[in-house]
Amino acid sequence: MAQLHFEFISPERVLFSGEVDQVDLPGVEGDMGILADHAPLVTALRPGVVTIYRGGSRELIVVIGGFAEVSPAGLTILADHAQPQDNYDVALLAAEIKDAEEDVADATDEAQRDKLAHRLEQLKALQAALAQ
Amino acid sequence: MPSLKDLRNRIAATKATQKITKAMQMVAASKLRRAQAAAEAARPYAARMEKVLGNIAASVTGLDTAPRLLRGTGSDRVHLLLVCTAERGLCGPFNTAIVRLARERATALMSEGKDVKFFCVGRKGYDQLRRLYGSQIVEHVDLRAVRALHFEHAKMIAEKVIALFDKFEFDVCTLFFSRFRSVIAQIPTAQQIIPPVFDAKVADALGGAVYEFEPEAEDILADLLPRNIAVQIFRALLENAASFYGAQMSAMDNATRNAGDMIRRQTLFYNRTRQAMITKELIEIISGAEAL
Repeated sequence: MAQLHFEFISPERVLFSGEVDQVDLPGVEGDMGILADHAPLVTALRPGVVTIYRGGSRELIVVIGGFAEVSPAGLTILADHAQPQDNYDVALLAAEIKDAEEDVADATDEAQRDKLAHRLEQLKALQAALAQ
Repeated sequence: MPSLKDLRNRIAATKATQKITKAMQMVAASKLRRAQAAAEAARPYAARMEKVLGNIAASVTGLDTAPRLLRGTGSDRVHLLLVCTAERGLCGPFNTAIVRLARERATALMSEGKDVKFFCVGRKGYDQLRRLYGSQIVEHVDLRAVRALHFEHAKMIAEKVIALFDKFEFDVCTLFFSRFRSVIAQIPTAQQIIPPVFDAKVADALGGAVYEFEPEAEDILADLLPRNIAVQIFRALLENAASFYGAQMSAMDNATRNAGDMIRRQTLFYNRTRQAMITKELIEIISGAEAL
């Protein structure tokens, strides 16, 4: 199977860089699986879990915010916050949710509140998924 | 002529100073290692971000719908200089070099009849610029209480800059910071962040293909452009931190060496004076004995 060049970068460090078989990522308009030679694409990410398939093994990385770019050179994910799921600190997510709740409460105009409430839902969905 | 006791005190004082500078050098060296690692770790993100944004920007430029942050206001009358310096001194020419670059730019712009405003990050640059351009400083952010730099700090600064931009306070924003090359070389750098300038050659990376956007290109850009500004500021702050410790380390290394030289000179002078006094006393005794 053709290999996909994949880079996973957060502002603090490079989390992953190398050749992989497939990457599943949580796009704002639905999850998608990226294989080698995917068409050029830019998508924003919702809070969720990125799954990296490499040589039969899977690697899970929790990501909050960011975006992904697919170009002929490969897939690049630029994440705001990212942590491997094994040592992900659930308290961090809880704090994020609390922030989001306050933001929703503070929001003044309608469109802004809808956007923030949507984000809050996504965060809660992620929390539920991680709790399983 | 100072007494021997005075000379001894002076040598002791210089030695104490040398101990302090030596300690500061070692502290700076250990902090440098962490700051340098952080700065280098942030480089790929900032570089990638610029590249991706460059690719996207290339595909939407020329459209009237492109966000204002990308295409600018269409004029370049008011310039905002975002000057990032350190909170502390004792680091050689580090702060002065950044401020000088900003000042040269400001003078050049003003002679062209443009308006210049300043946004200072860090106390040292603020103090230096306040004297010259007190009324032109529109914002000032102090990061003194900050122990470890996080993305949130850069985000906070970026939000302030964007708020100013949305109020039509300026047309062009340029970021000033010191790029870390090595312990002895920190390069004061100016980088235009609003509207962003992209390398012409990266735009070809797609080879003519067109991106699919999810959601729409405008939505993504509306999210991406402010983020890019925060990222570029974050990188500047991290580079600055590493440069600061590098500059401080070499400044303190120099200071320690100078103190060493001074101690040698003072000790030499002390010994000479002591010898002269002994000789003088001997002469007095001998001439006294001869007089008898």
